[in-house]
Amino acid sequence: MKAINLPEPEKPIPNLSVSNNQGLLQWISSVDHKQIGIMYLWLSVIFLVAAGCEILLVRLQLAVPNNHFLNPEVYNQLFTMHGTTMIFFVAMPAIFGFNTYLVPLMIGANDMAYPRLNAFSFWMTFFGGLLLYFSFLAGGAPDAGWFNYAPLNLYNYSSSPGVDYYCSGLLIAGIGTVTASANFVVTILKYRVKSMSLKQMPLFVWMILINSFLILAAFPSLNAALVMLLLDRQLHAHFFSAQGGGSAILWQHLFWLFGHPEVYIVILPVFGIFSEVFPVYSRKPIFGYTFIIGSGMAIALLAFGVWVHHMFATGLGNTVNSFFAASSMLIGIPTGVKIFNWLATMYGGAIRFKVSMMFAIAFLIEFTIGGLTGISFTLVPIDWQLTDTYYVVAHLHFVFIGGTLFGLFSGLFYWFPKISGRMLNEKLSKWFFWLFVLGFNTTFLVQHALGAMGMARRVYTYPDLPGWGILNLISTIGGFMMAIATGLLVFIIINALRAGKKATRDPWDANTLEWTTSSPPELKNFDRVIPVKSTRPFRDMKRPDDADWKKNRQ
Amino acid sequence: MIKLIVGTEAMFFLALIMAFVYFSFSPDFRSHQLLSLDMKSTGIFSILLFSSSFTFWRAEINYQKGKIKQLRLWLLFTILLGGIFLFGQGREYLSLLNNHVSISSSIFGTSFFTLTGFHGLHVFAGLIVISIVTCLAFLGDYNKPGSSVISAVGIYWHFVDVVWLFVFIIVYVVPYF
Repeated sequence: MKAINLPEPEKPIPNLSVSNNQGLLQWISSVDHKQIGIMYLWLSVIFLVAAGCEILLVRLQLAVPNNHFLNPEVYNQLFTMHGTTMIFFVAMPAIFGFNTYLVPLMIGANDMAYPRLNAFSFWMTFFGGLLLYFSFLAGGAPDAGWFNYAPLNLYNYSSSPGVDYYCSGLLIAGIGTVTASANFVVTILKYRVKSMSLKQMPLFVWMILINSFLILAAFPSLNAALVMLLLDRQLHAHFFSAQGGGSAILWQHLFWLFGHPEVYIVILPVFGIFSEVFPVYSRKPIFGYTFIIGSGMAIALLAFGVWVHHMFATGLGNTVNSFFAASSMLIGIPTGVKIFNWLATMYGGAIRFKVSMMFAIAFLIEFTIGGLTGISFTLVPIDWQLTDTYYVVAHLHFVFIGGTLFGLFSGLFYWFPKISGRMLNEKLSKWFFWLFVLGFNTTFLVQHALGAMGMARRVYTYPDLPGWGILNLISTIGGFMMAIATGLLVFIIINALRAGKKATRDPWDANTLEWTTSSPPELKNFDRVIPVKSTRPFRDMKRPDDADWKKNRQ
Repeated sequence: MIKLIVGTEAMFFLALIMAFVYFSFSPDFRSHQLLSLDMKSTGIFSILLFSSSFTFWRAEINYQKGKIKQLRLWLLFTILLGGIFLFGQGREYLSLLNNHVSISSSIFGTSFFTLTGFHGLHVFAGLIVISIVTCLAFLGDYNKPGSSVISAVGIYWHFVDVVWLFVFIIVYVVPYF
């Protein structure tokens, strides 16, 4: 095995191996990318439980018509916190956890470019989340929905300090997100092992690179909007209050100029995860490596030209609406390209139905449904009919859960042995898979029908119209199935950490550099990195006669 | 790294400037603008800020040539010019507040104070960083060439000046046309 020396300190750092027992302090003070990555992942699990409980209460309230289980103020706070938490403190930290843990390992680096900045980013996210949740103790959580429209977000309509906590919590977490993204870009561009060219990077790393630029360009818009809102609420400025000469629509523009890229921010890394998972479990190279990168870039660019499709109902005029309808249809194309890339990767492969792969296949189906309902919104008249109904709720959960969350689960089952050094119980995991997928479809498929029947989203309760009661009850039951499944997942994880089978360094016969280290990796990831001559360097090493670089020299 | 940060900051200012331009079409906005702002005195302070970019550039050149004394001198000039600019901004704010133009008085006040205030905040942050660099320069940290700190700070400082160029034109000059 030929190897390349890394120019790194040769002596180990004294008393700092990951396994030695310094307790909590070691975690809190850590600047190691693996520990920070794990902390990100646990952070997202904690907030997942919190946001999950919130929405279960909401679903209980909606289970039967004319229900008064919750009072209306609490109801508004719960669905607002559910959305905000799920986007900013579950999806984002989970993605950043995988990024932080895996990017250095996949490019043959020993840490991020700026380890202390990395820790800073994590703690900003952590304290941003805490600040948001502190609002419950400070007189009421934010209650104007996760996109927090003006004028509902102004003091006249939401006089509890909740929205102020929303602004400051998201601002602080946003600083962490932006610094982390800059860190990823520098790490990926400057810290790759020397033999790895850009065109040999794993697709996951490619998607993170594209995604980081997307974050750097999109988050400032949210931050500007949040700052303006804080000024409005605290110093009586007039940005969003129509009485003072401001404009409520400005909030929507600024928010969705961030918000639409944001949905791609939480899906692109997941596309990267699938681009690792499909080839490994299909035992085939990825189909159309450059097309996946190209379509990723196309998505990132188009993401900034579609935000008005969230605002078709605000009356911006036919010219504007037509333009954004067209651009929104356009962005379906690169996403479709990727779906076909993965289908073609599976085609003719020797597929292994591990749980990770099952989530990947389920993703293809559910995400396509979510994508199709998304396309239906680009038709302006249909949008006018369905906007702010449960059809939107169903659509966004099909892309967020069927897309992002399934991707994160797929990544979790794929990389868990590497991260923890333990195998997850495959049989229980399959139970979890079926329970979750079933619960998910039970919850949200029926909501398409509810939306088409005219049930508005975010209503506190509803009259006993034909069909509404039973469909809502089914939806609530599905929600509890997902909750039970999530409980099972936490049990499976804790069980594996305590008494799981030890994982070998390469349990899935994988292709990329992270699997060449021990499971879990030592504090110093690599002493030596195997030579990278193709996109599948580890496979090249394991099968030297069948190596990729021998077959297609470019 | 610093280029990425400057890029994301640029997007932030773009959002603030867009809001300002958007509101500038509302009635009474322009008359407020013409009545409250004094292009000439702010113009003079702006020229001082732009020349601080020049002095910082000189500092960088001298650092590359290894002329440490000149480096320290040009850095001090930069701080002085930046400080005078902030003083000018403070003076302008004070006279506006005395004339009852504040962030809550009208939509003009809201967008004016937010945009120029955030720029001022960035100048202030830049001054802190340059002061630290100057202290380090006097302590001898930059006696040898090869550090990327000064050029990184330079990128930020020039960026802040370029932002002001746009802000000055849009806020002070455009209403006359």
